[in-house]
Amino acid sequence: MTDSVQTKPTKNSPVSANAIVRLENVRKIYQMGSEQVHALAGMSVGFEPGSFWAIMGPSGSGKSTMLNLLGCLDRPTSGTYVLAGEDVSQMEDDALSQIRLTYLGFVFQSFNLIAQLTVRENIELPLFYLGWEPRESARRAAELAERVDLGDRLAHRPAELSGGQQQRVAIARALANDPQVILADEPTGNLDSATGEHIMELLRDLNKQGKTIIIVTHEPEVAAWADHRLHMRDGLVDHID
Amino acid sequence: MNFHRNFLLVQLGVKTLLLHKLRSMLTMLGVVFGVGSVIAMLAVGTGASQEAQDQIRRLGSQNIIIHSVQPQEDQSSERVRMSVYGLTYDDDLRIRETIPSVNRTVPAKLIPHDARVRGRNMELRIVGTTPAWFDLVERELLAGRRLQESDMERNTNVCVLTERSARRLLATEEPIGESIRVGRNYYQVVGIIRSETGGAAGGVQTPDQEVDAYIPMTTARERFGDIVVRRRDGSMERSLVELHQLVVEVDAIENVQATAAAIENMLQRFHTREDYRVSVPLALLRQAEATQRTFNIVLGSIAGISLLVGGIGIMNIMLASVTERTREIGIRRAIGARRSQIVGQFLIETIVLSSIGGLIGISFGITVPQVIEYFAGMPTIVPMYAIVLSLGISVAVGVIFGLYPAIRAAKLDPIVALRYD
Repeated sequence: MTDSVQTKPTKNSPVSANAIVRLENVRKIYQMGSEQVHALAGMSVGFEPGSFWAIMGPSGSGKSTMLNLLGCLDRPTSGTYVLAGEDVSQMEDDALSQIRLTYLGFVFQSFNLIAQLTVRENIELPLFYLGWEPRESARRAAELAERVDLGDRLAHRPAELSGGQQQRVAIARALANDPQVILADEPTGNLDSATGEHIMELLRDLNKQGKTIIIVTHEPEVAAWADHRLHMRDGLVDHID
Repeated sequence: MNFHRNFLLVQLGVKTLLLHKLRSMLTMLGVVFGVGSVIAMLAVGTGASQEAQDQIRRLGSQNIIIHSVQPQEDQSSERVRMSVYGLTYDDDLRIRETIPSVNRTVPAKLIPHDARVRGRNMELRIVGTTPAWFDLVERELLAGRRLQESDMERNTNVCVLTERSARRLLATEEPIGESIRVGRNYYQVVGIIRSETGGAAGGVQTPDQEVDAYIPMTTARERFGDIVVRRRDGSMERSLVELHQLVVEVDAIENVQATAAAIENMLQRFHTREDYRVSVPLALLRQAEATQRTFNIVLGSIAGISLLVGGIGIMNIMLASVTERTREIGIRRAIGARRSQIVGQFLIETIVLSSIGGLIGISFGITVPQVIEYFAGMPTIVPMYAIVLSLGISVAVGVIFGLYPAIRAAKLDPIVALRYD
């Protein structure tokens, strides 16, 4: 597996056409009062399908902005973002929702499960918006829960689970729509190191099964799990190793 | 969105509401009381006005009733003089013969008089009238027969009693065939008819009373003449009245107003004083209906205000709920929910809240009038339109007051919402 990455932000950079995630000269500019902040200053990068990436960098380097853009929760000010062959750079809000629903799975630092819903209902959430039959959804949720070793916790609520278990539910939810790309934002940040390791193993396994995984982290131990590390600085790619 | 996803959204809404049972119930209260009180008030109002309208209708909407009225100056002046006033036989004839829209008239002489039957006595109102009376003033015949033309021709001493008079005077005997004594004459009872309990209907004296005894007009004129002597406070009051009452039947309902005007005109021309009163039940009916419409408009405004308050209560809670669930909204949006689906989720919650509130309010509004009817004895009618309307308005309240919080929820930036604590 080769990943063609452009370390220097030049215009018209030849990023592999094969990449599932492809950013070309992407800029994100925030207006802070009278000042303009270039959170992303012309980023060009491509991630191959089935690769495992860690995005690193000090705070203020543009990691979060990068994640929001990659997750289609935000649009770049300029430049092109092509996800799974679709140019999503300037899509309407509804179309972006559809892209998230189809191609993306999210895992967050603070798990972000809905407290009022049971484990099963949380896992079913993407299927609900995909319009699945309730019976089919329930079957798939049970399958996924089994896959993250929580088959016996389907009727529990998040508050009744440990942090590691909650993160596993979140991973099961991220898998429900069978996404091509899983985005994880500090997935071990709220867990002890043993549990964190377990979660990373799980993500590693998913990568082996063919999912493209992108983790945003500032912990080198977590980043070490990934095949590639993208270091960011001042809204640009600093280096890749 | 397909049907079953909508159904799932409703399910989700209900489930969310059930998570906060007390809060949901308190939120609903505004709509419950709003709808309940509106239906209850409408039921009492409709019941009351329906009763009034029924009474007026029983006077006959195709009839015009003219009463002789003793003018004020006659009542206060010294008693020796004879008071001459009221409708005349000529009035009757003129109305009947010259106004084309008049079908027929029923004149009546009303003479209060003592009646006796073997020691029992009772103050009756002797009504000298024609057989047509019983056609115009429709009352159920309980026994025997009504007055007939032959009674008129032969001036027979027969009478038809009301149920109540018969019971007072002839409780123990078989009344038909018995004779009652009025003054120096005996009258044979030939029939019993039901009597109207309410004396006045919507401000109009009903033509008949509970203490009536009907005798042929010709007999009344012959036996009693036109002078009525009433003893009061030890003094005598004499009055000469040819006809006390005239019921005019008009050929068609749409001619009633015009005929009434024509009668007024004619009477004005032949009477120097205002010694008569023309009552038009139809006009009173229209008036009663108009009154009810006004009443309904007032109630509608009160309903509007109370439902507005209920709606604001719902909106207030939903805004708090949106803030409280900011993170949930962020999660749903990140997963791929469209804005419209977030709007739908919150809107359905408010609609479910307000409709259930409306349903509880309706059952409330149906029960309360029955309690009122049971304890206060007031007639109540729950109009169907009130129920349908209330339910519709409840749903509308949910939509109107849920829309703003729902749109606010959907407008949240998912990035910000996900970070919200």
